[in-house]
Amino acid sequence: MDIIVLVKQVPDTTDVKLDPKTGNIIREGLDSIINPDDLHALEAAISLKETWGGKVTVISMGPLQAIDALSEAIGMGADKGILLSDKAFAGADTWATSFTLGKAIKKLGKYDLILCGRQAIDGDTAQIGPQVADYLQIPQTTYVCEIEKVNKKSIFVKRQLENGYERIQCVLPALLTVIGELNMPRYPDVGRLISACQEKAPIKFWNAADIGVKTRQIGAEGSLTHVIKTFAPKFKREGEILEGDTKDAVRNLIGKLAEVGMRSE
Amino acid sequence: MTVWIEAELCDGCRRCLKICPYGALELRDGRAYILEQCTFCGACLNVCKKGAILTDAEPRTIPDFSDRKGVWVFAEQRDGELNPVSLELLGKAQVLAETLNQEISALLLGYRVSDLSKTLIKYGADNVYLVEHKALADYRTLAYTKAVEELVRKYKPNIFLIGASHIGRDLAPRVSRRVGVGLTADCTELTIDPDEGILLQTRPAFGGNVMATIANRYSRPQMATVRPGVMEALPKPDKKGNMIKHKVSLLEKEIGTKILEVVKEKKKGVDITKAKVIVAGGRGVGDDKGFKKLQKLAAILGGEVAGTRIVVEKGWIPSENQVGQTGKSVRPEIYIACGVSGAIQHRAGMMNSRYIIAINTDPRAAIFQVADWGIVGDLHEVVPEMIKQLKGKNF
Repeated sequence: MDIIVLVKQVPDTTDVKLDPKTGNIIREGLDSIINPDDLHALEAAISLKETWGGKVTVISMGPLQAIDALSEAIGMGADKGILLSDKAFAGADTWATSFTLGKAIKKLGKYDLILCGRQAIDGDTAQIGPQVADYLQIPQTTYVCEIEKVNKKSIFVKRQLENGYERIQCVLPALLTVIGELNMPRYPDVGRLISACQEKAPIKFWNAADIGVKTRQIGAEGSLTHVIKTFAPKFKREGEILEGDTKDAVRNLIGKLAEVGMRSE
Repeated sequence: MTVWIEAELCDGCRRCLKICPYGALELRDGRAYILEQCTFCGACLNVCKKGAILTDAEPRTIPDFSDRKGVWVFAEQRDGELNPVSLELLGKAQVLAETLNQEISALLLGYRVSDLSKTLIKYGADNVYLVEHKALADYRTLAYTKAVEELVRKYKPNIFLIGASHIGRDLAPRVSRRVGVGLTADCTELTIDPDEGILLQTRPAFGGNVMATIANRYSRPQMATVRPGVMEALPKPDKKGNMIKHKVSLLEKEIGTKILEVVKEKKKGVDITKAKVIVAGGRGVGDDKGFKKLQKLAAILGGEVAGTRIVVEKGWIPSENQVGQTGKSVRPEIYIACGVSGAIQHRAGMMNSRYIIAINTDPRAAIFQVADWGIVGDLHEVVPEMIKQLKGKNF
């Protein structure tokens, strides 16, 4: 079973700091990690390979430093990595990104399954998986929380819903986006990781020309949506502090609540 | 494509620094300098009064979209039951459609669901496009995508809104790619730009640390998904509307997926998104026993208990009751935050509450910035006092 996994290297957003003047993110010093949902996609791909044989190819689009994500994936058990890196890819929205990834997958050729994380923690869009699937004209199933079984023609999965789950039979080749409930990602094997960081590691670099795309189809120029403004979220309210001891402050507060129509049950 | 600065022309006015969405410009020796993170988006090109910022990009022409009219909402239903987010979107659509002087249409797909069209009209739809087919009985990506694609190509809408539910987040990107348009995910604010008449889509990014406003100038419809609970439904009980039927042909073999079973899991708790009053706890609550006090207060006020990510991780409350960026968005009448510091991820999920009350020992806690009223004090004293006083008088 030949599997392609799409991974993204992201800043660890649990620790983001903002420039108080501009409201922009301070990117320096932010750790880069493999997007958490993508680790579950990698784990699923590697364990399917262990059962069914075949190859796991990992694709990432990003700056050169994203090679670390590919080395880590190979350390976990993937067979090879492809880094799509070109200044011309920069500033891409999901339209241009799904096109770029789709072209790279077409160049790779034959595959049975594509796995990706549900969404990346820096953008939270959850759009790339379905958009790549549509570009490749293959079926998709999103929010996969369990892979039940696989046969030659189909994969059987559970898809998480807001209030339960559904069991789905999905014809192969297909694209699945997965969530954290699916599995527990393994740690990279130290020996594999070390050799994955060396020059002879099975990692290829492809630029725009390698996948045969024109610069006006990719990056900011090939995008259909554009960020026109960013700002720090404003939530500010009056924030009147009710003074006095606890008793007085609470009495005051309950008075305010009564004014706006609050009733106890 | 690239963007560069003619240093001799630059007078260091900083206009480009302010407009850059990526923080990719800085002043070096009194002149603008482009940093590595520049994506060549071109936002800086027009603000330069000196013409010092240059590009080799061909100016992109905006196609003529004058034939694109109408604000569309995808009416999500499961087993004949509408998802409340669709009605919320119809509320927002009323505001947008009025500004644009265009009609509102709801897309209703399924099997034997035509009765729902009445509800959609009563919540603001002028038209309901109804597509009924046995193959649409359960939501399946490719079947729904095909039906929506046909409607979009036939009726050419201007704006298309979809709830960011598990169905919406599966369908919207697939449709956007299929019909060749951009898509903005999980918007929290939608407005019409007064000059260009385009949809301005604002959404949180980087875990809620930054808000980004996104425009979709080059394709129609302008598609966006919106998180449940963010917009407000605006019922129009006297509204009249039309139902327009559309026939679609669907073959089982082109759908690619089969639903073998749908399993509804029993709700472990209550749905906090429907609560009028929420008493929320953060780290300051201390332990699961502390939440008993909050539960008591919530019961008196006829509300529910919620919490931040950290208290869910500690297991003090179930994950269904988490409010915030990775939890739920809520908009109750009253939100009482007890021992909540007010991290931005949490604020993102409760900022639309009608009234916010903060109780925290630290007067500098960020939660006071977003509160209408605050009490600086220990929740373990304040909450019992509230219970006592509320019990004492039925005001």
